[in-house]
Amino acid sequence: MSAATIINLPDQSTARIPKMNFLTKENGLLSWLLTGDHKRIATLYLISITFFFFIGGALAGLIRLELLTPQTDLMAADTYNKVFTMHGVIMVFFFLVPSVPATIGNFLIPMMVGARDLALPKVNLLSWYLYVIAGCMAIYTMAAGGVDTGWTFTTPLSTHYLNTHVISTGLAIFVAGFSSIFTGLNFIVTIHKMRCPGMTWFRLPLFVWSNYAASILMVLGTPVLAITLVLVVLERSLHIGVFDPAYGGDPILFQHLFWFYSHPAVYIMILPGMGVISEVVSTFSRKRVFGYTAVAFSSVAIAVFGFFVWAHHMFIMGISNYAALVFSLLTMLVAVPSAIKIFNWAFTLYKGSITFETPMLYAFGFMGLFTIGGMTGVFLGATGTDIHLTETYFIVAHFHFVMVGGMLMAFLSGIHFWWPKWTGRMYPEKISQLAAIVTFIGFNFTFFPQFILGTLGMPRRYAAYPPEFQALNVFSTAGATILGVGYLLPILYLTWSLKYGEIAGNNPWQATGLEWQTQSPPLTENFPVIPIMDHEAYDYDWLEKQEQKEVASVG
Amino acid sequence: MSDSSVTAGGAVADAHHEHPPYQRHHFESVDQQFDATNFAMWLFLLTEIMFFGGLFTAYLIMRNWYYPAFVEASHQLNIGWGTANTGVLIVSSFTMAMGVWSAEMRKKGLLILFLSLTFILGLAFLGIKSIEYSEKWEKHHVPGLNWSDASFLNPASDPEVHKLYPQDKPLAPDMASKTEMYFFLYFAMTGMHALHMIIGISILGFMLVRARAGAYTTGHVTYVENFGLYWHFVDIVWIFLFPLLYLISRY
Repeated sequence: MSAATIINLPDQSTARIPKMNFLTKENGLLSWLLTGDHKRIATLYLISITFFFFIGGALAGLIRLELLTPQTDLMAADTYNKVFTMHGVIMVFFFLVPSVPATIGNFLIPMMVGARDLALPKVNLLSWYLYVIAGCMAIYTMAAGGVDTGWTFTTPLSTHYLNTHVISTGLAIFVAGFSSIFTGLNFIVTIHKMRCPGMTWFRLPLFVWSNYAASILMVLGTPVLAITLVLVVLERSLHIGVFDPAYGGDPILFQHLFWFYSHPAVYIMILPGMGVISEVVSTFSRKRVFGYTAVAFSSVAIAVFGFFVWAHHMFIMGISNYAALVFSLLTMLVAVPSAIKIFNWAFTLYKGSITFETPMLYAFGFMGLFTIGGMTGVFLGATGTDIHLTETYFIVAHFHFVMVGGMLMAFLSGIHFWWPKWTGRMYPEKISQLAAIVTFIGFNFTFFPQFILGTLGMPRRYAAYPPEFQALNVFSTAGATILGVGYLLPILYLTWSLKYGEIAGNNPWQATGLEWQTQSPPLTENFPVIPIMDHEAYDYDWLEKQEQKEVASVG
Repeated sequence: MSDSSVTAGGAVADAHHEHPPYQRHHFESVDQQFDATNFAMWLFLLTEIMFFGGLFTAYLIMRNWYYPAFVEASHQLNIGWGTANTGVLIVSSFTMAMGVWSAEMRKKGLLILFLSLTFILGLAFLGIKSIEYSEKWEKHHVPGLNWSDASFLNPASDPEVHKLYPQDKPLAPDMASKTEMYFFLYFAMTGMHALHMIIGISILGFMLVRARAGAYTTGHVTYVENFGLYWHFVDIVWIFLFPLLYLISRY
C-alpha cells in the first residue's frame, strides 16, 4: 500500500451528491427503457454485459472443472463441446465486443468531445435493444440444448454435420452484430461532427482515438459477418449453399469471410481497452502521454493493418504458400503499432509521479499481460511455429492473455477509474487493490500453464486428455478459482459503494479530461454550458492554473 | 422581449437556445444536425456495401468455378423483365431526386407528387420481381424448396428457353447440379435487394403521410434527403445485380 496518493476528495461532512443529475432526472422504469441519454444507455449496457459476463464465466468454470481430471467425468464429451461453444459465443459477442465501447465509451465519448449526447440517441437506444434481443436468443439457444460448433461456426461442420441449434445462435449473433454496427456508427458520427469549439482532432483524449479506430472496424467488418451468418443459416435450412463441398461450395470461402470480420473483431475488443490504459497511465503518472500523436495514429494503424491479416487463422487450412507468406509478414506488421503503444506508455511512466491506485494496478496488469499475449501472437504469426502450435492450448493461452489479461483488465481499470464520475461515489480503495492483485495472480496461474501445455502438444477443444498433462491442468483450474474470486469481489464492493462509498466530488483523480470538469454524476445534458477547449489534452499545468483561479475567485 | 425571459437566467437560456421545433436538443445548430445525420447515412450505406460485398464475393468465386452452369442458368432469366425493372428503378431514382428538390424548394404539392411516383415505381419493381419469382417456382427453379435440374440436363425439354438459346448444350450431371448454386445466389442477392426495397417503400409510405402534414416543406429536408441517399443506394445495387445475374453471356 503506497502512502502517496492523488485522490482529492471533498470534505465528507459537507459534501453531497448533486441533487440534479442524470440518475435522478426522471424516475420509473419507463424513463430508463425509453431514454435517449447516452449515460443511461451506458448504464443499461453495463448491467446487461455484467449479466452475460457471469454466465460466460460460469461456463468457463465448468470447462476448468471438467479439465481437472484426464477422463470425461463431469460431463459427456458433447456436453463439453456445447459448454465451450457457449462460453466462446457469450464472451466474444455478448461481453468483449460491447464491453468497453458500449459501456464506458458510450458514457464518456460525448463528454470527452464536449457534446450533450451522441449524435443519434435513438439509434443508441436501438442498439441496446438489439443487444437484449440477441441476448435473449442466445439464452433461448442454451435452454433449448445449446450449440457445439465452437464460436467459429466452421463449415461444413455447422451446416451439415451437427443437429444442434446453429440457426438460432447464428441469428442471435446477426442481431448482436447490428447492435455493434450502430454503436460504431454513432461513435464515428459523434467524433466527426459533435466536437465542441476548440476540440481539434489532436486535442481529443486518446480514449476517443482508440474508440474511433475500433468503430471503423465495427462499421466495416461486422456487416461481412452478418451476411456470412445469413448464408450459413440459409445453407443449413435449404440444404444448398456456397460453403459445403457436398453441394459444390467452398469451406475456405467461409473461413475467408468469417475471419475477415473475426480477426478485426479482436482489435474491436482490444483497441478501446488500450484507450482506457492511455487515460489511466497519464492520470496516475501526472504526465501527458508520451508521443501523443504516435499513440493516436497507432490506433488507426492497428485498425488498418487489422483488415489485412485475417488469413493467419488459416495457415493450416490449405491456403497457398504465397498467401501464407504475405499474411505472415502483414501479421508481424501489426506488432509494430502495438509495440508503439506499450513503449509510449512506458515512457509516460518514466520520471512521472506514479501512484498505485486500483485503476493503475489494473493498467500495470494490462501492460504486462498484453505484452506477453502480443508477443506470443508473433510466434503464431510465423508460419513455421504456427503449424506446430495451432489448435493446441498455446492458442487458448495466447488469446486469453490478450482478451482476459488485456481487455478485461482494461475494462476493470476503466470501471474503477470512472466509477466516481458515473455514480458520484468512490469505491473502497484497499479491497479493490486486493481484487486487482488477486485477479493478476489468478490469471497467471490459470493461463500461463496453458502455454506450456500447448508447447507440449495438448490439443484444444477436447474433454479428455492424456494423464501426463494433468499436473499443469490442475494448476490452471486452481488458478481459475482464484480468478473467479478476483472477479466476484468488484461486484460486491462496487454494489456496496453505491450507497456507502465516499462522495467523490467532480474530479477525485485531478484528471484533465473534460468529463472531470463537470459534476459527478453528470447532468443529463452533461455540461451546463458547452465547454470551449482552450488547451491540449493531458495538460496538467492548465488544470493547476484552473484550480488556482477557482481558489482566487472563491476566496 | 418580456421581463420573464430576462429573469430566466443565463444558464437556462444557454442550454436551450431559440431553435426551430425540428432541431433536437443535443445539437448546437440545425446545420450540425443536418451534417451529422447526413454523415451517419453515408456511413450506414458503407456498411451496406460491405454487407452486399460478402454476397458478391461468394457469387464471383462460384461463377468462376462453375461458369457453364452459371451461363445456362442465367438464360432462364427473362431479360425483358430485368431491363424493364432496371428502367423502373432508374426513373424512380429520378423522381426521388425531384422529391428532394421539391422539399428544398418548399413545394408541398410537388413533393407529394414525386414521393407518390417513387412509391408507385417501387411497388411496380416488386410486382415485376414477383412475376419473375413465380416463373421460377413454376419451372422448379427454387433451390432447396422446389428444385429440378431437368432444364439443364436436357435443354430441349424447355422449348421456350431452348428457342432463344439454341446453342445451349446439355450439361454433365455434376455441372448441371451447380445451376442450383446459381439460383441460390440469385434468390439470396435479389431477395436481399427486394427486402431493402420493401423497407424503402414502407418508409416512403410513412413519409407520404408526414409530407401531407407539411413536415418536410418548412426548411427541414434532412429526412427526405437521407432517405433519398438510401433509395439511390438500393438502385445502384440493382445496377450491379442486373448485369451480373442476367447478362452473363452477353457482355
